[in-house]
Amino acid sequence: MTDARRISSRRLPGLAPWLFISPWILGFFLFTLGPMIFSLIMSLHDWPVVGERKFIWFDNYTTMLTQDPRFWESLGITAKFALVFVPLNIALSFLLAVLLNVKVRGTSLFRTAFYLPSIISGVALVMIWKWIYSKDYGLLNYGLSLLGVDGPNWLGDPNWSILAIIIASLWGLGGTMLILLAGLQSIPKELYEAARVSGVPAWAQTVYITIPMLSPMLLFTFITSLISAFQQLTIALLLTKGGPTNSTYFFAMYIYDNAFKFHDMGYAAAMSWVMFLIILTLSVLVLKYSAAWVHYEGEAKGGGNG
Amino acid sequence: MILRGLGLAGLAILGLKKSFGTVDVLKGIDLEIREGEFISFLGPSGCGKSTLLRCIAGLEELTEGAIQLGGREITDLPSAKRDIAMVFQNYALYPHMNVRKNMAFGLSLNGMPGVEIDTRVRNAAEILRITELLDRKPRQLSGGQRQRVAIGRAITRQPKLFLLDEPLSNLDASLRVTMRAELSALHDRLGVTMIYVTHDQVEAMTLSDRVVVLDKGRVAQFGHPLELFHRPANLFVAGFIGSPQMNFLTAKVEGQTADSITVSLNGAALTIPTLGHAPVDPARPVTLGIRPDRLEIADEGQLTGTIRLAERLGTENHLHIALSSGGSVVVITDGTHPARAGDQVKLRIPPADAHVFDADGIALPRRLDAATEALISEPEGPADPA
Repeated sequence: MTDARRISSRRLPGLAPWLFISPWILGFFLFTLGPMIFSLIMSLHDWPVVGERKFIWFDNYTTMLTQDPRFWESLGITAKFALVFVPLNIALSFLLAVLLNVKVRGTSLFRTAFYLPSIISGVALVMIWKWIYSKDYGLLNYGLSLLGVDGPNWLGDPNWSILAIIIASLWGLGGTMLILLAGLQSIPKELYEAARVSGVPAWAQTVYITIPMLSPMLLFTFITSLISAFQQLTIALLLTKGGPTNSTYFFAMYIYDNAFKFHDMGYAAAMSWVMFLIILTLSVLVLKYSAAWVHYEGEAKGGGNG
Repeated sequence: MILRGLGLAGLAILGLKKSFGTVDVLKGIDLEIREGEFISFLGPSGCGKSTLLRCIAGLEELTEGAIQLGGREITDLPSAKRDIAMVFQNYALYPHMNVRKNMAFGLSLNGMPGVEIDTRVRNAAEILRITELLDRKPRQLSGGQRQRVAIGRAITRQPKLFLLDEPLSNLDASLRVTMRAELSALHDRLGVTMIYVTHDQVEAMTLSDRVVVLDKGRVAQFGHPLELFHRPANLFVAGFIGSPQMNFLTAKVEGQTADSITVSLNGAALTIPTLGHAPVDPARPVTLGIRPDRLEIADEGQLTGTIRLAERLGTENHLHIALSSGGSVVVITDGTHPARAGDQVKLRIPPADAHVFDADGIALPRRLDAATEALISEPEGPADPA
């Protein structure tokens, strides 16, 4: 202790703050920035797992964009998934959060119950859904048969498989719900009381008070949902393995296959960078156009109390 | 002048009780408020004053009792249909809407024509001098401006009854004094009934036509502000109104007539005039109350003591005196009085200034001189601007 002080104060003034921040700096460089740069370098190479590595400039990227129909196909499936998953994820989370925000007996029990799927391992979750979706023995089709509906082959029919994955993915909306619930609880209740006294109907309170007040959280969950939609892998990989007939062959799965099945690390790295750029662009666009509908409580300019 | 008793917009509260679970917050409130009156609900925190206001507003359901406004039963009506407007302690402005929208929001959703809304918003803004702020967002306003917007929003509803829940408590001291005067002027201008919840007796005393003092869910006293001061109905009101607090001393009943009572205090007898009282049980001790500014330092007196602390405020001194008979009192003297800490003093209680409370804490009605009596008698209805 005394040694450290002597070093920092006499020989290397200003060292102490760097020492304090070093765990983060080390982690960031070793595990985040380092691998990113490394993968960027990889993406400019023909990089088999074993064998000669060859620098090929942007060949991986041009191949992907001009000569690889599977790239476009998987990207299309991912986009289709995101288009349905993101709005549904937010809408359902919002609905559940609003329900859980009502003060009734057992609310905390429901909160835990709805959040539970988010802490269960993805693999266990998929196992349960596999059983639910099973054509002949599944819970879902059994339920449908009680209603007199002949259930489809959820995982075996290319028309239904993507829907099956969307539903299974929505099972993990607990995290989004929790963020929105926390946001709901931070809205001052006097705003609703003032609205009640003014005769503002309940629907208008939701539209004109709740949603604007919740907008920062909605924006946050919008972006995180978008990111998780593009990174969708586990559920599809374990539930359908991309099938049937590649109907659930997601972009992330194609990256995974390129890296670990086809052992083409360079190509996989290039695809990862494309995914990164897509997510980045979408996030920037969302943020840019969010100013119109997102209201931040904290951005006080001028005024103040007095 | 014409409408006495319950006017057209008078408010009547009948046997109101409110419980939250097993906690009884309001334990039977009966009040009659006349049209155009400025009424304060005053009491320490937890006395139920805000709950009572929220019951009137329709934000809380009654456990028992009824509320009538302008002769109309409103007990089970939703807030919006009660002809009331409410101003909240933290203003409750919608932070994402500008001032104009904040004021117009409720009206437009109730299908009021845009022209009418515009007129109302402009009028309210002019009354409160916030016209140039109409396009700003609440976060760009100062505390006082926000308060004005909140009041403006209430004005646009053109209610029969204004409810204000500690509206000045979030403002700093100097602004509070300004806003107090403005609220008073606003009440005169609008002439509408207002109910004002506060824990600040200065606000209640200066603003109100009448004050409701609440204590643990019951009305401790309802009357003219000076009546609360000069003729407090019980120990609670006597101790709550006035600062520094009234001094209380335990005394023994020595004798009584129909309109006076003689008590002994440390052996000294003191005959205090009353307005006529029911006989007091002589076996039980009474409480003698005397305000600090009425206790006199004199050559001869009923009390002796030592000054423990002398607070010199300039215009007056607050002397904290430990009595030789036990207990302590506070005496206010003129700021130039020479008394110092450590001095032995004798204190005289002028009998006409003493308050007597029976063993249950209920005041014996005090006989006042004609001038004071005139001060506390209720005015002839609400102040008439004409």
